[in-house]
Amino acid sequence: MTELLLLFVGSALVNNFLLTRFLGICPFLGVTRELKAGVSMGIAVTSVMVASVLVLWPLYNLALAPLGLGFLQNMLFILVIAALVQFLEMVIKRAFPSLYTAFGIYLPLITTNCAILGLALLMVGNEYTFLQSLVFAVGSGAGVTLAMGMMAAIREELEFADVPQSLQGPGIALITAGIMALSFMGFAGLGS
Amino acid sequence: MKERFAVYVNDLSEGLWKKTPPLFTILGMCPSLAVTTAAVYGLAMGLSTTFVLVASTVIISLFRRYIPRQTRIPIFAVAVATFVTMIQFLLEGFLPDIHKVLGIFIPLIVVNCIILGRIEAFASQNTPGRSLADALGYGLGFTWALTVIGGVRELLGSGTVFGLQVTPAAFVPWSVMLTPAGAFWTMGALVGLITLWRQRGAGKERRAAPLRVGLDHGANGIARPAEGGETA
Repeated sequence: MTELLLLFVGSALVNNFLLTRFLGICPFLGVTRELKAGVSMGIAVTSVMVASVLVLWPLYNLALAPLGLGFLQNMLFILVIAALVQFLEMVIKRAFPSLYTAFGIYLPLITTNCAILGLALLMVGNEYTFLQSLVFAVGSGAGVTLAMGMMAAIREELEFADVPQSLQGPGIALITAGIMALSFMGFAGLGS
Repeated sequence: MKERFAVYVNDLSEGLWKKTPPLFTILGMCPSLAVTTAAVYGLAMGLSTTFVLVASTVIISLFRRYIPRQTRIPIFAVAVATFVTMIQFLLEGFLPDIHKVLGIFIPLIVVNCIILGRIEAFASQNTPGRSLADALGYGLGFTWALTVIGGVRELLGSGTVFGLQVTPAAFVPWSVMLTPAGAFWTMGALVGLITLWRQRGAGKERRAAPLRVGLDHGANGIARPAEGGETA
């Protein structure tokens, strides 16, 4: 139990996907103009992460690994993630229309988000059990949502700041991200 | 003959210096930030990406007439993933040290937006020759950009460039440049400097818009501007 809690804290804070591992930077800079959009994207990423673990863990550990087909992982993972995202989009659109209008529009962008494939590759590389993988997915997703929300909140305030013209847009966002990454380094050592 | 040559040069120049990612167009950010702790790692990452980009765009371009429109994205993904797996095993076999540092960012070339972007926007509609020129331009452009980012971080963070000591002994390396924070700052500063240089070039009355956050490719593969694309 303690081990799982440490894994959760480790994946959410110490090895934050956005600020320490650099996975999924495109939406981090692209959709963090306002708080609601940032958090919605974070939740969308989290749900795809959990869903992809539910599918990819059995696929790898019950099919690819025993058959010695590990070299197919890049190809199969990306195909499964693409199919999964489309499927999730359809399900959410049908079953929860209000949820779909809130964050469904971010779903298609997630297929080529390296956070999802990165999560799957790390899960395989670290040889996590099924339960560990799920905790890892939820923790990483929580970390992504936290960082996206914080970034969006800061950028909302930055709208009123007098930013030099050459740094407006991605420039100031990257420098802000750097300061956030510096503060997240304070979590290093936590849980190890 | 001369005109055809000009076409190739134009295709090559687009990625090589006009729209070079990730500095002039904000694309492919994840590897640019993650692996650029030294110039040599940036170079290795750039060359690996170039290999995958060139090989997959030429293959897709050769088969462009036979790829059905509805299933093109999975087909592109399989082609890219095949070459990524090849370069992954080649690096693991011949350059194990580099492979260790680049880590999961080698398999993650599969989801690099530059590659799917060039296939979708260029190779699926143009001849193999032009696609080769376009892919070489973007690949080598990405390579020099990553080498520059890696070089800056290595110079400030360890006082070396390509492993050679260049700063005087009195210089205390800024080790923060080797951390994730340094990656974001180097990138932010370079992007800011480039925007400044472009604004100067465009003259005071025609101020160039700041760089746009790049295109994000949706599941349907149609390039679309990232939500709330950056405007001045």
